[in-house]
Amino acid sequence: MATATTADFDVRRNDSLGLRVQHLLHGNPVLGPLAVLVVAIIAFSIVNGRFLTATNLSLVLQQVTVIATLALGQTLIILTAGIDLSAGAIAVFSSILMATFCVDAGMPGIIALLLGFACGTAMGAINGFLVTRIKLPPFIVTLGTLTIFFSLNSVVSNSETVRGTDMPSLMTWTGGSIPIGNFRLTYGSIIMLLLFAYFFYALSRTAWGKHVYATGDDAESARLAGIRTGRVLFSVYTVAGLLYAIGGWILIGRLASASPNVGVEYNLDSITAVVLGGTSLFGGRGSVIGTLIGALIVGVFRNGLQLGGVEVVWQGFAIGLLVLVAVSLDQWIRKVKT
Amino acid sequence: MFQQRRAVAAGCVMMLVLGPTAACNRGSGEDVVGLITKTDTNPFFVQMRKGAQGAAQTQGVELQSFAGKQDGDNEAQVQAIENLMSFGAKGFLITPNDSKAIVPSIDKAHEQDMLVIALDTPLDPANAADATFATDNYQAGKLIGQWAKEKFAKDGRQAKIAMLDLNANQVSVDVKRDQGFLDGFGIQVGDPNKIGDENDPRISGHDVTDGAEDGGRTAMENLLQKDPSINLVYTINEPAAAGAYQALKSAGRDKDTVIVSIDGGCPGVDNVSKKIIGATSMQFPLKMAQMGVDAIAAYAKDGTRPQATPGKDFYDTGTQLITDDPQSGVESKDSAWGKQNCWG
Repeated sequence: MATATTADFDVRRNDSLGLRVQHLLHGNPVLGPLAVLVVAIIAFSIVNGRFLTATNLSLVLQQVTVIATLALGQTLIILTAGIDLSAGAIAVFSSILMATFCVDAGMPGIIALLLGFACGTAMGAINGFLVTRIKLPPFIVTLGTLTIFFSLNSVVSNSETVRGTDMPSLMTWTGGSIPIGNFRLTYGSIIMLLLFAYFFYALSRTAWGKHVYATGDDAESARLAGIRTGRVLFSVYTVAGLLYAIGGWILIGRLASASPNVGVEYNLDSITAVVLGGTSLFGGRGSVIGTLIGALIVGVFRNGLQLGGVEVVWQGFAIGLLVLVAVSLDQWIRKVKT
Repeated sequence: MFQQRRAVAAGCVMMLVLGPTAACNRGSGEDVVGLITKTDTNPFFVQMRKGAQGAAQTQGVELQSFAGKQDGDNEAQVQAIENLMSFGAKGFLITPNDSKAIVPSIDKAHEQDMLVIALDTPLDPANAADATFATDNYQAGKLIGQWAKEKFAKDGRQAKIAMLDLNANQVSVDVKRDQGFLDGFGIQVGDPNKIGDENDPRISGHDVTDGAEDGGRTAMENLLQKDPSINLVYTINEPAAAGAYQALKSAGRDKDTVIVSIDGGCPGVDNVSKKIIGATSMQFPLKMAQMGVDAIAAYAKDGTRPQATPGKDFYDTGTQLITDDPQSGVESKDSAWGKQNCWG
């Protein structure tokens, strides 16, 4: 984004500090969340010396891995000015399906896993179909499918947890880890980071990525410019479904079980991470790197406030406040005069 | 007019969808007894429904079951009571999602001479229901506290305790279990209606789990970071205990840390037999619902009202300590007995 010419620079120099910050954040939406993350890390390491240790930081990464994976799918959808309330439901239901396929139906791990991915993708495709073909608002569509997937989840699982020890080892493989000194990098986290790297590339370097941004920025102009916006939207919801299912697999590894009762807050937590990461709820602006930072902010706050001895009610209060600040910041940045 | 027609149409659709379970199988002429659970997903409530159905069959009454959509869903329970009133039910059992907010609806049901029994969770005020059939959660906590106290005394170890509670709302079941455990362990509790106001150095910290595996794991990880010397973990329920165990295992602390829990679900009892959970207090949802239906059937027959357990303001449906490592002075049954009597 380093496109500032000398002329620009002269103009900027006459601007107030506030305006310059506004321009800077407009050009680099990741800077705001990054600053919050860095400040939080510094603050928490002053409060408790144990915060900034390899062991603790690896825990924070493990704790945000599932949410970050879901938030990645959520980012794609929010970039198109949509929203997905069913993200957590798809992830948890996919994990239950995978477990059911291998434990009750006796399928080999790899088949159960791929079928689980296929089911998650199909659930995403249903959302995409309803949004693009039936032309329903994403909020309503995913509110409906959230309830449906949640119900099916209870039916299929009988509300019972499937233990990891009963499953093929592939299912819980994501919970294994590689020690790097005291830092334990789980396979689940590696998968998550690779997915972020891939979608960073796909969004910034491929035609599909440009189309996602264009559709979210102004769907009508994008359509007039020859982009098949319906197809872009459908692809986004479908891919998000696959990402949620992968999140479900990582979840099985983390808990060493597939439980139908977890993830109550995943739907909203994934949106929180996206918003904290500086992606605009109005579409067309934001990045997956921001989302990763957003997810880390939530994890760092939860862990840091606990280490700092802050009561749980106030932890939630702090996260809520952060979200409001992030959205207000977004509104302010959008008013930039170019 | 249009509004009204739309409402009627919506009602018809609801009848079609809910027909097989609610409205259309009526007319058998049997007395109607209602069961309103917090949700229909938790195995605890699934088991409750099973117990109620069994009792309804033996008693020759018709059971109508309802549930909230999620924990805390008061609205759905209010609607369920309205439905039961229009069905002319003789009474119902309810596990309230919001002990206070449901009371006005309960009062309306009383105007129709219905017998209302609070199951598992008391109403606020408790006497808004005709009776409460519940686990003594304080006692359930106290049992595992006493067990842990004896075990640590016998092993000659100083306990450092992690308290894995439910959530930040200080709901009664959460508070009672937490305080009961501390009391049983011999820690002076502060305000018995409040979690976390004790200053005993043996308590390393509190965190919340939402009573599920993921919350249990994250909470345990964070508390262990705060105080690595933790060696005793109290958990609000067995899924939270399973999550905590994963965190301990990953930190290499599963062998020297004792987890205690409450519930008596089959996966939890299995974890007792695998030494993942040291001891758990079993509750009896099936029995709870059976006795509740029996009580309403008796009331429908001749107006008999259920009585509270002597010395308590509710009907205690019992708690049983399950452990394979019995301690002297603390009555317990082993996991084999537990497996025969567990729920879910």
